[in-house]
Amino acid sequence: MSPKRVVLRFMAETADKPIIYQLIRNYDLVVNILKAHINPHKEGMMVLEIQGEPEQYARGLEYLRSLGVTIQPLSQDVHRNETICSHCGACISVCPSGALYLERPDMTVNFDEDKCVVCLMCVRACPYKAMEVRF
Amino acid sequence: MAVEKSLAEINARIKSGKVVVLTAEEVIPLVREKGVRQAAAEVDVVTTGTFGTMCSSGAYFNFGHTKPRMKMSKVWLNNVQAYAGLAAVDAFLGATEVPDNDPLNSIHPGEFRYGGGHVIHDLVARKPVSLRAIAYGTDCYPRREINTVITIDDLNQAVLFNPRNAYQNYNVAVNLSDRTIYTYMGVLKPHMGNANYSTSGQLSPLLKDPYFRTIGIGTRIFLGGGTGYVVWQGTQHCPGLTPLPEGGQLVSGGTLAVIGDLKQMRPEWLVGVSFLGYGASLTVGLGIPIPILNEEIMYWASRSDEEIYAPVVDYGLDYPAGNPQPLGYVTYAQLKSGTINLQGREVPTAPLSSYPRARQIAAILKDWIRAGGFLLSEPVALLPSINEVTPLKSLQEKEA
Ligand code: SF4
Ligand code: SF4
Repeated sequence: MSPKRVVLRFMAETADKPIIYQLIRNYDLVVNILKAHINPHKEGMMVLEIQGEPEQYARGLEYLRSLGVTIQPLSQDVHRNETICSHCGACISVCPSGALYLERPDMTVNFDEDKCVVCLMCVRACPYKAMEVRF
Repeated sequence: MAVEKSLAEINARIKSGKVVVLTAEEVIPLVREKGVRQAAAEVDVVTTGTFGTMCSSGAYFNFGHTKPRMKMSKVWLNNVQAYAGLAAVDAFLGATEVPDNDPLNSIHPGEFRYGGGHVIHDLVARKPVSLRAIAYGTDCYPRREINTVITIDDLNQAVLFNPRNAYQNYNVAVNLSDRTIYTYMGVLKPHMGNANYSTSGQLSPLLKDPYFRTIGIGTRIFLGGGTGYVVWQGTQHCPGLTPLPEGGQLVSGGTLAVIGDLKQMRPEWLVGVSFLGYGASLTVGLGIPIPILNEEIMYWASRSDEEIYAPVVDYGLDYPAGNPQPLGYVTYAQLKSGTINLQGREVPTAPLSSYPRARQIAAILKDWIRAGGFLLSEPVALLPSINEVTPLKSLQEKEA
């Protein structure tokens, strides 16, 4: 199964449970946390990339639903946080579409959202975590 | 007549508002136009800058005594352990330390989302940071545990102390193996799919004073957005100047140990970073003013990207094995153009240290000096120069 991206939303009671650990251990899924946020009321949002056997994947999601987690498939875009970006250039070589590129001779890093194919390579590779997933 | 200036004369010009300061970028066209001698006569100070990840960085703290007293033997800041084998409430936090429960590379490549560098950034950003400490308890220090929250302003001392910063020059990393690798030089695609480099070239501090004629112990510098000082040669300091087979020369190997009051630094110039598959670290903004005392110093301070070379090293096999035999040498001008030619192939390049931020640091330092608030300091002692250090040894394994 190719990796699937889903958005989880959960309530305070679930925020304390090791749900990711369970997904990995009990359903043998490869889970990548692309984004996680827990607000002061302990309500959480998490974006996961999940890979594994389709049956296990379905059972894993069933398990999450049994805990009251709502699950949505991801429709997303990638956004650059301009205050965080240091224009280092570490994302240039991983970006397959040329959406991230160097402006010469200034050597500033530009981001052309229209060219972005939302592969999320930069989200993982940016040392400053300036590339964010948005919905 | 040869140009000779003293630091005292330059400082007098700073105080009287007459000082002429150019950044290491700005001085290049001036020297091309007017020649080294004329430029050395006209310019008093050249400012440099770099904004790159520097793993050998850290900070030490004095938390203040607890009631009852406690000799902290293990300390964690935001769950990241700091070394507490010092006096009761002192600890040193290293930039690359990660939380005890970090998954590391168990799912490769690990993300290393938070570490010592991030804690330093959060402190400088004046965010609250959790402090946990445990102790075994003594008659004079009975307390055994504390869990509290601190901010940098609560601390008696918070000092950035980096044993090795501002590496003079650095490898250009490529990967000759057949799989993608995740390194401190970024993501490297197989079969030389890309080449990453990591200095600011013509703006980089130690490339502009390769003989360490002006930079020494006590040199006042821009560090993390505040003022800092050079305290010693950095670890692995071994400056060299090697003629290259195809012309040009390689300047490399110099490093600095630097120190400064963390409380006056700025979060935008000390940033925690996460290198996929490698670890957490700290990006440090650092800039050094070079007093133009004579023509020789001006000659070096005005070398451009076209004349500064870096070695290309394979991080797929050679580097991890400990055989960093360069595959070749390229100039920073070639690196910045976007492609280099290696073994007959065009390889796309990308930087890892921010050139725009380096330029900004050199400009800020220039403004500080011109405003009269930043005087240049005479080194108390100079650092070992080219050929004055015995070559670095590697660790020999022996029977215990
Ligand atoms: S890697 Fe991150 S910080 Fe660096 S240029 Fe790209 S988006 Fe900006
Ligand atoms: S998500 Fe992919 S395509 Fe879009 S900017 Fe990042 S690396 Fe480039």
